[in-house]
Amino acid sequence: MSIQNPTLAARLDRWLPQLVVSPAFAISVLFFYGLSVWIGALSLTSSTANINWNWVGFSQYVRLFGDETWWVAVRNLLKFLPLTIGLPLILGALLAILLDQKIRAEGALRTLFLYPLALSWIVAGTLWRWMLAPDVGIQAFLRKHGFENASFDWIVNADFAIYAIALVAVWHSTGFVMAMFIAGLRGIDDSIIKAARIDGASMPRVYWSIILPALRPTVFSALLILLPAMIKTYDLVVVLTQGGPGNASILPAYFMFDRFFTRDQMGLGSAAGTIILMTCVAIAVPYIVLELKRQRHEN
Amino acid sequence: MKTELNAGRLAIYAFLALALFFFCLPAWFALVNSFKPLDEIYAGNVFGLPQRWTLEAWSKTWSKACTGAPECKGLSQYFVNSLLAVVPATAIGTLWGCLNGYVLAKWRFKGSEGVLFVLMFGSFIPIGLFLFPLTVIFDRMGLSTSLAGLVTVYVIYSLPTALFFRNYFVGFPGELIKAARIDGAGMLRIFWSIALPTARPILMVVVIMSFTNIWNDFLFALVLAPFDSQTVTVGLNNLINVVEERAEYNVHMAGALIAALPTTIVYILAGKHFVRGLTSGAVKG
Repeated sequence: MSIQNPTLAARLDRWLPQLVVSPAFAISVLFFYGLSVWIGALSLTSSTANINWNWVGFSQYVRLFGDETWWVAVRNLLKFLPLTIGLPLILGALLAILLDQKIRAEGALRTLFLYPLALSWIVAGTLWRWMLAPDVGIQAFLRKHGFENASFDWIVNADFAIYAIALVAVWHSTGFVMAMFIAGLRGIDDSIIKAARIDGASMPRVYWSIILPALRPTVFSALLILLPAMIKTYDLVVVLTQGGPGNASILPAYFMFDRFFTRDQMGLGSAAGTIILMTCVAIAVPYIVLELKRQRHEN
Repeated sequence: MKTELNAGRLAIYAFLALALFFFCLPAWFALVNSFKPLDEIYAGNVFGLPQRWTLEAWSKTWSKACTGAPECKGLSQYFVNSLLAVVPATAIGTLWGCLNGYVLAKWRFKGSEGVLFVLMFGSFIPIGLFLFPLTVIFDRMGLSTSLAGLVTVYVIYSLPTALFFRNYFVGFPGELIKAARIDGAGMLRIFWSIALPTARPILMVVVIMSFTNIWNDFLFALVLAPFDSQTVTVGLNNLINVVEERAEYNVHMAGALIAALPTTIVYILAGKHFVRGLTSGAVKG
């Protein structure tokens, strides 16, 4: 007995790392991958209010692609993404560069630009919903103070509701991009800049041809975070417009949840979900391949 | 030359002031209006300071406002529910992530790279999608009767934080571990008494990030929490959508501030860690 115990303990010891990690591994596989497969499979069935496993091939996708509402959501996303990715990148970079000019109260400003990030979409939407409401918010205020023709009714205007959502999204994420750029700027070697200055390059030129190119990895990281986040936008639509007026401001994620939970079209909702999933995966794959290659290189 | 320079500085400050206005307007708006009586708001004072300061809206929001629940008892219970879900989920998720990250960094085995890949990929999957299957699973397993199910989902959701810890521990000196092994300490003992205490900076980052993410979650809380113990984001959304004769904007604003309070406090107290977490989330390694 006393001879066998050490060998058992030794064996356990050898397998301990695997043992300790295995619950996380198993649960991740089941949760992240198992459920993805489940949704993919469900999109190939005729499920409506309840799940059934009658295979119908790709007919849910055919239905989805024939659904005008889905295309409204996709078109909205195509308007929404360039704004909610482009503006935070441009504004965030600009703010980071300006704050880097030995500004007074830099720390306080940084804190005040970034705080929206601590708030949930629901809180952000609650604040903005009122300010954007024409009868009580900014428009009413302007009209009362001498600008009788002032008009700021995006949130109730079918043509502009999606831009109202984009505005709040930009407000929410610009500070975050700024913080990433500040970190990026800190990482740039000062001596290169000094050398360029000695060679007679003007400050704008230094920024344009040396510093901005050096920030490319930061842009890449910001894209990697913003893109999936914006594609998944759901909460903000719920709290700001609930998709309205009519269907004017729905986004794909909103469409998906709506079909799934309120209209009892599980198959169709899953088809939309599968497409959103594939899009996010398509963004992740190049990054992960690069990352793993880099790590292998390091080891 | 000198004046040109000054004009440039002036332009910088002007732009920053403009940005400050844009970013702070909503916070200002919420703060001033949460301290006003409703009549003052309807009389047209929406952007100015209150003429009469009052805590009415705050106390009503906290304990009396209607949220569509059978009784009008304000946001207090929602707030407590959020804490009940967030605190255990953050604690368990972070510790588990730390342990996994430590093993993956310092006790590599055949296939540990595969585990890494699984986790990395998992962090990109839009898990909001999993609400569908999760509702079905919750129903079948009877998990929708308590917050435990929701906490479980949050813990699973924070599994990929193991990547943060892994990247941190990769830089952890191997000699320390070797020395401890020679002294007869096992993997778990080394984790508990050497690795964990030294991981404080990254622990802070992950705790703050998980806390904020989970506190701010709406989707999972909306669908997976039992009807009688919903969280504060859901409560707030209910509150602002209650149909009233006169929308109680001061109550809505106080509600938004209450729902935002914990994460804002964390942000103000530990903003540095907050930013670090965000940036290292992208720049892994």
